[in-house]
Amino acid sequence: MDNIHSLMIVLPEVTLAVCGLLLLMVGLINRTNAALVTGVLTILAFAVTGFVMLSPERLQYAYGGGLTTFAFGSMFVDDGFARFIKILLLASSALSLLMSFSYLDKAKIAKPEYPVLVLFATVGMMLMVSASDMLSLYVGLELQSLALYVLAAFNRDSAKSSEAGLKYFVLGALSSGLLLYGISLIYGYAGSTDFMQLAFVLRDAPHHTLGIIFGMVFICAALAFKVSAVPFHMWTPDVYEGAPTPVTAFFAAGPKIAALALFVRVLREPLLAIAPEWYQVIVFAAIASMVLGSFAGLAQKNLKRLMAYSSIANVGYALSGLAVLSKAGLQAMFIYLAVYFLSTLGTFGVILCLRRQGKPAESLADLAGLSKTNPLLALAMTMFMFSLAGVPPLAGFFGKYFIFLAAVKAHMVPLALIGVLTSVVAAFYYLRVIKLMYFDETPAPIDALPDFGVRVTVTLAAVAMLAITIWPSPVVDGARAAIDSFIR
Amino acid sequence: MTFPLLSAVTFLPLLGVALILLFVRGSEGDKRAATMAQQIALWTSMATFVLSLGILQHFDSSNTGFQLMERQLWIPAFNMAYIKGVDGISVWFVLISTFLTPICILSAIGGVKKRVKEFMIALLVLETMMVGVFTTLDLVLFYLFFEGILIPMFLIIGVWGGEKRTYAAYKFFLYTFLGSVLMLVAIFAMAIHTGTTDMTAMMGDKFPKEMAMWLWLAFFVSFAVKCPMWPFHTWLPYAHVEAPTAGSVILAGVLLKMGGYGFIRISLQMLPEASVHFAPLVNILSLVGVVYTSLVALAQTDMKKLIAYSSVAHMGFVTLGIFSLNQQGLDGAMLVMLSHTFVAGALFLCVGVVYDRLHTREIARYGGMATNMRKYALVFMVFMLASIGLPGTSGFVGEFLSMQGAYLANSWYAFIAATGVILGAAYMLWLYRRLFYGVLDKPDVQAMPDLNAREYAMFLPLLVLVLWIGIYPTTFRAVFAPTAQKILTDFNAEAHEATHG
Repeated sequence: MDNIHSLMIVLPEVTLAVCGLLLLMVGLINRTNAALVTGVLTILAFAVTGFVMLSPERLQYAYGGGLTTFAFGSMFVDDGFARFIKILLLASSALSLLMSFSYLDKAKIAKPEYPVLVLFATVGMMLMVSASDMLSLYVGLELQSLALYVLAAFNRDSAKSSEAGLKYFVLGALSSGLLLYGISLIYGYAGSTDFMQLAFVLRDAPHHTLGIIFGMVFICAALAFKVSAVPFHMWTPDVYEGAPTPVTAFFAAGPKIAALALFVRVLREPLLAIAPEWYQVIVFAAIASMVLGSFAGLAQKNLKRLMAYSSIANVGYALSGLAVLSKAGLQAMFIYLAVYFLSTLGTFGVILCLRRQGKPAESLADLAGLSKTNPLLALAMTMFMFSLAGVPPLAGFFGKYFIFLAAVKAHMVPLALIGVLTSVVAAFYYLRVIKLMYFDETPAPIDALPDFGVRVTVTLAAVAMLAITIWPSPVVDGARAAIDSFIR
Repeated sequence: MTFPLLSAVTFLPLLGVALILLFVRGSEGDKRAATMAQQIALWTSMATFVLSLGILQHFDSSNTGFQLMERQLWIPAFNMAYIKGVDGISVWFVLISTFLTPICILSAIGGVKKRVKEFMIALLVLETMMVGVFTTLDLVLFYLFFEGILIPMFLIIGVWGGEKRTYAAYKFFLYTFLGSVLMLVAIFAMAIHTGTTDMTAMMGDKFPKEMAMWLWLAFFVSFAVKCPMWPFHTWLPYAHVEAPTAGSVILAGVLLKMGGYGFIRISLQMLPEASVHFAPLVNILSLVGVVYTSLVALAQTDMKKLIAYSSVAHMGFVTLGIFSLNQQGLDGAMLVMLSHTFVAGALFLCVGVVYDRLHTREIARYGGMATNMRKYALVFMVFMLASIGLPGTSGFVGEFLSMQGAYLANSWYAFIAATGVILGAAYMLWLYRRLFYGVLDKPDVQAMPDLNAREYAMFLPLLVLVLWIGIYPTTFRAVFAPTAQKILTDFNAEAHEATHG
């Protein structure tokens, strides 16, 4: 009975994992079109998982009226928090897969393993956000990371891609080591790996030993690596540039969101009692990321590197939501993530279809004149850029608005000031993209031929962003419900 | 439920955008597509203007509160609502926005030759944003529209502008964006203090003294950049010079007024105590601006730059009038703003007329045009005199009242401001002399045709309004004066209570 209950709770993850195992077979049966068929089926698998996750029957059975429910002892937790993030994860995985087919095809790396790896990475991410024990956290994180290492090096004939994969692997392994060391320190000094028990032990402890603080710092460092927050961001621009563009798009959305959610879960649940300690770390990481991401982006000439710095700055904004230590801050962070993944995926959709003489074009200068050859694509890109810059009335503005509102509410006016000022700096490089597309005339404008997948993705992202602009309430309320289920 | 007139006026231009996007097909350079886009834009903006006249018709000027209110919960979780309403102050700003847009479209029909469809879309989006700023009574939505204007304006300057358009567009965007994000932080603080972003509720609220000072400064930076006040004005000459004619007209006619509107609506109405405290600062900056920019205008060789600097000088009279903190000053500021909308708009259009023909704004390239372009010379003269502030034109009434207000505040203010008027006469008359008198010796200037029917259609309404305000300002003053009086009564009561209570 208890096991069946547990299985019902992890049913979405089980569904997705089983789908992945079945999909591995497709390549053996259908050899001609294996990548495309597997890809489409993978997207279907994401959709099915979403339905399973949200089906009222499962929710009724698993929760029985409560807000939170645990599986397998208390290794795995399912709550509104996890569901909100998992919806974003499934959507971003599905969309990034949808727009990658024709790119992979042209780069001659369309293999059926690609969608399956994306799928397993997604399973890992879902486990991460539902982890309720340091061990399940680690297992989820590694499942995700291993798939990502392979994806980064997926274009194995390209030196850059291999370099990206190797770099990511070496540094990722190092950060996993830090994480494990942190976990072992915490286990050694608190005597448990279970989140709830850790929370109780740390809360009731008269004072916190250096071992606990050290463990916390190691865990923060490892997670900061995963979300690419400064000062653990160095890998990001290289990996973003080297990895095949669809992989970069995938990296920029899902894994970031999952790792940020994990950050929130670990710091707000087991380590809540030492908040005065970790809060300094997060404030530093947030400010450093905002500043570095904004200033370093100014000098970039490659679009993917630019997006890497943009993502660093964005992680800084998201972490500000965590740094303010309030429910309002976390709610704002969730709103931010929901808007962020749309604008990022949309932007990468546009980058994916830039081609010069049949080869992928990635430099900023290649954008020149795009508004002439491809007005709609340029318009969508303009929306994404202004949204990333946080210029109203686009959706990105609401993300920043709620985050800094929470910061001011928590009497952290300097944080809010730094945030808004760095967004002015960052606005410069987003404006440059628009300037290139609209102001510059060029004799040889780029030929961008969006295929079906990119068209659908870009349109969906743009429409969703417009909808959020006009009626932000559903996202705002969804984020609030998610946080309410998590912090009582 | 009554008809949501204000929302209709705000969003009607977007209908035009949708029509253009849906029905205008055709590649770049397709004449038919361009004409169709122009027609749709022109008729939509005319319809918007007619609809906005309905606001004036339903407006009761003896009622000093907000009218034609609309209220709709928007983000309940944060107590944010979609609130619209106009009072005697904002009703005129709505009308100048809807009035100026069709004129700009008319001018763009002659002036903008590339990417016509996109230009019309940008102008219509701009109109929605402008009306939105002046009709919104929720602070977040106000910010949304206030900032949103940057997007179409950035594109208008950058895509259709002159040679150094990229620099001008960046400078315009980043300068105003920097000013506004400080306002955003102030909005956070106010929203948290009052628990709502409803501006009508905030007007009754009091902020702690120290907080009010910081809030005031944050808003000041944003509005001073927008206005623009010396020394925050450096973006303006570039933006004006590089923008296409229609962009300059909107920029001078409406966007600068958003600064003045913000000063009245937010600084005066929400932060009275701090306004009293900082009034001397604003006044001195205004006076420096009036004199300094007038001197700078004297030295210009580019027509548009000259008029741009004269704009800064005129806006100096506006801020001087507002922060005289008396009825004459406020009335004067309102009238200067209305007058400046028509006069500066018209002068930029005048520059556009010859620019379309000769493609240069260099003053020295012209001369003697009074002989071959008589009608143009006459039209230019009326607006030039209005800019100087000749009695009988709109410029006089406003400047007179705002200087009177300044005199009541401090007689030296009026003295210095008056020197600005003299300098204004000097640079405008000199400009006129260089353009229209002298020998008509340049062959290409000789060859220029006089005004055509489309250009008449642009200037005629402006001409009528400039003379109307000059001769019978009561028509306009009667609508805003009761509200202005009430704002000052409330202001004095609150400021008095703060200093003595």
